[in-house]
Amino acid sequence: MLVRETTTRDALAVEGLGLTIGTREGALPLLADVTVRVGRGETVGLVGESGSGKTLTARTALGMLPRGARATGRVTAAGLDVLAAGRTDLRDLRRTRVSMVFQDPRAAINPLRRVGDHLTEGLRAAGTPRREAARRAVDLLDQVGIDDPAGAMRRHPHQFSGGMLQRIMIAGALATEPELLLADEPTTALDVTTQAEVVGVLRALQRSHGTGLLFVTHDLDLAAAVCDRIYVMYAGRIVEEADSASFAVAPAHPYTRALLDASPSVHGDQGPLRAIGGRPRSLAEAPSGCSFRDRCPRADHDCALGVPATRPHGTSHVACLRPEQVKP
Amino acid sequence: MARALSAWIARRALGALATVLAASVLIHLSLRLVPGDPVLALTAGRRLTPEQLAAVREAYGLDQGPVQSYLGWIGGALRLDLGASLHYQTGVSTLIADRLDVSVPLILYAAALSVLFGTAVALVSAVRGGAVDRIAGLLAATTTATPPFVAAILLLATFSVGLGWFPATGAGTGFADRLWHLTLPATAMAIAVFGVLARVGNAAFAAELRREHVEVARSRGVGGAAVVRRHVVRGALPPLLTVIGVLLAGLFVGTAVVETAFGLDGVGSLLVSSVTRRDIPVVQGVALIAVVLFVLVNTLVDLALTFIDPRVTVGGITR
Amino acid sequence: MTLTVPALRARAARRRRHRPLSVRLAAAFLLVVAGTGLLAPLLAPHSPDTTSLVNALAPPGTPGHWLGTDSTGRDVLTRVMYGARLSLLAPLGVVLLSAALGITTGLVAARAGGRVDAVLSRCMDIVFAFPSLLLAMIAVAVFGPGLAAPVCALAVSYAPFLGRIVRSVALQEGARPYMEAYRVMGFGELWVTLRHLLPNVAPVLIAQGTLSFGYALVDLASLSYLGLGVRPPDADWGSMISQAQSAILQGAPWSGIVPGLAVLLTVVSVNVIGEHVGGSISGRGKEET
Repeated sequence: MLVRETTTRDALAVEGLGLTIGTREGALPLLADVTVRVGRGETVGLVGESGSGKTLTARTALGMLPRGARATGRVTAAGLDVLAAGRTDLRDLRRTRVSMVFQDPRAAINPLRRVGDHLTEGLRAAGTPRREAARRAVDLLDQVGIDDPAGAMRRHPHQFSGGMLQRIMIAGALATEPELLLADEPTTALDVTTQAEVVGVLRALQRSHGTGLLFVTHDLDLAAAVCDRIYVMYAGRIVEEADSASFAVAPAHPYTRALLDASPSVHGDQGPLRAIGGRPRSLAEAPSGCSFRDRCPRADHDCALGVPATRPHGTSHVACLRPEQVKP
Repeated sequence: MARALSAWIARRALGALATVLAASVLIHLSLRLVPGDPVLALTAGRRLTPEQLAAVREAYGLDQGPVQSYLGWIGGALRLDLGASLHYQTGVSTLIADRLDVSVPLILYAAALSVLFGTAVALVSAVRGGAVDRIAGLLAATTTATPPFVAAILLLATFSVGLGWFPATGAGTGFADRLWHLTLPATAMAIAVFGVLARVGNAAFAAELRREHVEVARSRGVGGAAVVRRHVVRGALPPLLTVIGVLLAGLFVGTAVVETAFGLDGVGSLLVSSVTRRDIPVVQGVALIAVVLFVLVNTLVDLALTFIDPRVTVGGITR
Repeated sequence: MTLTVPALRARAARRRRHRPLSVRLAAAFLLVVAGTGLLAPLLAPHSPDTTSLVNALAPPGTPGHWLGTDSTGRDVLTRVMYGARLSLLAPLGVVLLSAALGITTGLVAARAGGRVDAVLSRCMDIVFAFPSLLLAMIAVAVFGPGLAAPVCALAVSYAPFLGRIVRSVALQEGARPYMEAYRVMGFGELWVTLRHLLPNVAPVLIAQGTLSFGYALVDLASLSYLGLGVRPPDADWGSMISQAQSAILQGAPWSGIVPGLAVLLTVVSVNVIGEHVGGSISGRGKEET
């Protein structure tokens, strides 16, 4: 494995990202002041309920904004200032340095074309000769654990199971040896046993290739098991950042606490499950001040005064006026 | 796999054949639905001697039972003999064959125009979106609602009488002259078909563009043209081809209106004049050809779909 | 690009419930056309059949003849107003007849199932193989000229579209538990069908029926244009265009263009409304799932 660069710059640095989308009824805010960092070879989780903006944040790293969206702040992916980059620079970035694994492999891989076409598409777009691309693809299929890789290249997606297809997608994403891999809920569409296998494959390849991984999921336990550090998103903002070791033990933000209480845990017993009251908010529907205050058990009138600034709290950073006490 | 596919094709062909046979029975026996004595209806307005009436009766199998007369007719049809016209006293097959050099180019011309422009407008409007899409949508809605005879008089009034660019009647001689003469008629036929293709194609292309694998291809830095070529066009083909099949088969009957409007002596105007004269053998002959064409085109389209979508074959076999 | 923000989806859904301007315009146009047709004897400035060779081919804008006159001097506006009657009434007949046919076939096929279903579905396939205009022309050839034969033929031709829809909806709904519950409670088959199945099918039927109306209008006008539809002295827009053919070649196209535009705008309006009805049905379905 050849290391292309030896600088210490991050695979992904999102700083103060804001995103609004123009609609007939005026501008609708989607993200505000999102800051996320993924170091080289690091695995970082981005956790939140649906609509919290985690997928949007991940896609921004590829410069894939929704139609009609305006972004502020700074996004640097693999050394490229994405928001300022032109079409050719962006295309180049997508072809060689950043890849994405999508949630549902059934939808993400063109059902009408052969698996080999999908695998080599990225490489061919980057200018790799056909022979060389095919050889690489077969090699990667072998690495992700597909039997008879050469035969698999000629088959169609409907001839594979979901888990196998997701492995194929991971192989396709890693084919160009990217610096940064964005995985958007890569296991949600799979059944539980397959999930573990796919995560295993993803982790192993990511380590051996030295790729930075942004792992987007709504599953806290999975994130804690897979990631080095975790960001928790709520209503288009980052509410907490912590390393995953301290994360499960000492959640600082009431929302993180609530998320942990709401998810059944296989390891350790933390009392009865509690659903979070109310429904998840998008940034546009969030109340003034702290977005979580209308669902927060600890909120008082101070929380309505302004968006809480992010500040250190124990081993984590949290955007809350009254963070949870670290449990003994 | 190959055997399963050929078995599926065989079953599909048999189904098509059954439909054609059933339709041909209807076409042939329609004559016997005529209230009163069919021969009197057939020969209405003509003064015939009893001997002549008997000859007509015999010629159309009305002296036989329905089964026998049908078998005689369909047996002849298989040998390309569709009986004789009452009016022209010549073979229906000859009458039709003599007019194919007008109708076939007309149909192909109209088909080429509508498919070419329809899919192009559909693709561009789906890819571009925004104002282009809205204008194309308006164009499609208007053209869809423009029946060929309305298109014909508008084109005649504008390009033939008004501007004098194209002739108003006649089919011309020689390739270039014929093309020139058939331009307005073909356009009149193509307009409504164009509209339907533009909107069906737009919906199909737009649906494909929204598919996740298209976004995945973009996320990998595949260029816009390559995304459309590799991921959009092929996926949109099944609905488009299905509609194209139905519409093209309909063009054969559509010649009736347009050939009448532009004074062309083709199969369509033959059908119209034969209906007017109640020259039923000719009507039956043209109807049989139209139905065979319709079923044939649609069967071919179904077949083509199995080669486009690898999943259809499996579905088709298990069905 | 796919963006699934719940707030956006909610807004889109709210917007969908509004009737867009195009739909209102279309409805207004159809009402005007139907109204002038209905009230033609009161509203029309002239008698539709009064010929006047002195006034022949007067261009639009001529005092007393806003839309001009045709080659025999008849007022174009008056004739378009009278023409609306048959032009709209005959397609309406087609739609009603084909609805009756289609609903019956579809319901019988779905409720009877088995061999009856197979035979009826096969019959619908066979009817599909005939382009509607061809079927109408065969009917004219066999039964002679006039509107009755083509109206019936077109009704038969369109019935399978409705029949298939009704059959599939009836099969879906019939499988729902509540249908079984009614049957167990001893309600008759016919009552259950009429009381509970038909209302479920109704919205789709209305959408398809509206579109069929447009097709029928075009097909019948085409027949009249070919001289196979209405018989003089009756007139519809198609026969008016047919009579205008020679005037068009003489450079006086208005007596053909006016009824031509009447056909075009009516069909556009019908399609706009039909698609709105169909679209809001499928939209509602999407929101529920």
